[in-house]
Amino acid sequence: MSLSITLTVNAVPRTIALDDPRVTLLDLLRERLDLTGTKKGCDRGQCGACTVLVDGRRVNSCLALAVSLDGAEVLTIEGLAEGEVPHPVQAAFIEHDAFQCGFCTPGQIMSAVGLIREAQAGDDPERVREAMSGNLCRCGAYKGITEAVLEAQRRLAADAEEKAA
Amino acid sequence: MNRFDYVRPATVAEAVAAAAQPGSAYLAAGTNLLDLMKGGVMRPARLVDLARVPGLDAIEALPDGGVRIGARVRNSDLAYDPGFARRFPAVAEALLSGASAQLRNAATVGGNLLQRTRCAYFYDPASACNKREAGAGCDAREGENRLHAVLGWSEQCIATHPSDFCVPLVALGAVVEIEGQAGRREVPLEEFHRLPGTTPERESVLAPGELIVAVRLPGEAAGFAGHARYVKLRERTSYAFAVVSATAGLRLEDGAIAEARLALGGVAAKPWRVPEAEAVLRGARPGAEAFRRAAEAALAEARPSGDNAFKIELARRILVRALTLAAAGTPERLPALPASPHAPHPGVSLHG
Repeated sequence: MSLSITLTVNAVPRTIALDDPRVTLLDLLRERLDLTGTKKGCDRGQCGACTVLVDGRRVNSCLALAVSLDGAEVLTIEGLAEGEVPHPVQAAFIEHDAFQCGFCTPGQIMSAVGLIREAQAGDDPERVREAMSGNLCRCGAYKGITEAVLEAQRRLAADAEEKAA
Repeated sequence: MNRFDYVRPATVAEAVAAAAQPGSAYLAAGTNLLDLMKGGVMRPARLVDLARVPGLDAIEALPDGGVRIGARVRNSDLAYDPGFARRFPAVAEALLSGASAQLRNAATVGGNLLQRTRCAYFYDPASACNKREAGAGCDAREGENRLHAVLGWSEQCIATHPSDFCVPLVALGAVVEIEGQAGRREVPLEEFHRLPGTTPERESVLAPGELIVAVRLPGEAAGFAGHARYVKLRERTSYAFAVVSATAGLRLEDGAIAEARLALGGVAAKPWRVPEAEAVLRGARPGAEAFRRAAEAALAEARPSGDNAFKIELARRILVRALTLAAAGTPERLPALPASPHAPHPGVSLHG
């Protein structure tokens, strides 16, 4: 069975022929589109390493069938920076030492971008920790991650205010 | 994951016709189904994808003050819908206490009702499980079973239904709208899930191919909005299934309880409403003594199915906690840790 889908991945429209409906979004990104920044940790929706944005919302790409997402917009870690300029969330992760080995980091960063867009946590570290609980970090960099999310949120809000002025 | 045929119907009627073929399963977000398929626990021959079926995405206010929630509405969209959360705060709290933000962004209303148990023996194809394979036996009976059912279980199956969302829904009298080849029918959520008995492989009243299209809450359910909570004890603070959970909704008149709605989660193969405990509270003054009597009534029939006798007293205490917090009033904003017994509750004395 051949299934053709279209996806916009990091702002580039793509037509993709799938020979098998079993392909998850995660495997499509890594194995077929060479976007290996998105990590396969548990592959069962428990660790968050595979987090990407689909139509602006953070989801576990390991638990989504690519064929079902026909027409969607996908944003991965590779699509976040503006050229050589890191996204504010990426910059804040570096400044706050929000990682050690780095394996979970693309998922943490995409989850943080999703969290900030959801605008539910405010500046409460407890709400940020709760909203980031779908992303595990075996190195235990949680303290830096929380600080980085709060910092990036402040910076993005300031940037938005500047633009509006 | 097994090979399967993939179909993407364009209408409910097409979906129902496609799923009537043996071996079919509906695909909504797939957050539970794909996990089960990767583990070889479920092996559907065909997936009927609901992604393009119209009419399943709305949260509609009803003339009676109730709400109709489309089966494909995402957990987070429902929980963060301001109108919904204001009228049904315990449902929003339960939703936000479940899974992770990523999963809530994907998982759907219909999928939540139909999610499978998290019993480890069900998840392990090398273990005997009557739910996975009728007549195979139950390795949970003599296995690691401290988190298993204490109500409504049978010798054939001691698994629990893992949903948080369903617990306040059942307490508030939710109704499930179902579409099948014979047309549309409605079933109260309380009667939707089946207890295991001798057929634990049959988990709901759905006939093969039937589709949940919506869940409805009646207008009177909003009458509990001022005193409604969900409390969920977990083995870690966030992103874990309930060991036990409870919801309490109170309607207070002149300082007495005019009506109470109570249900428990994590204790049985279905969300467990406790009308006998609700009856105990009718007309009572809210307080520790009445709440404890209600909790005793709620767990009167409970018995351990293994190393889980502790869950019975735990469930009583979580129910008392839910009642105490509900009586104090629904907070303006959900706590940072929704449903957590560890969340601070200013002005509420929990250890009288």
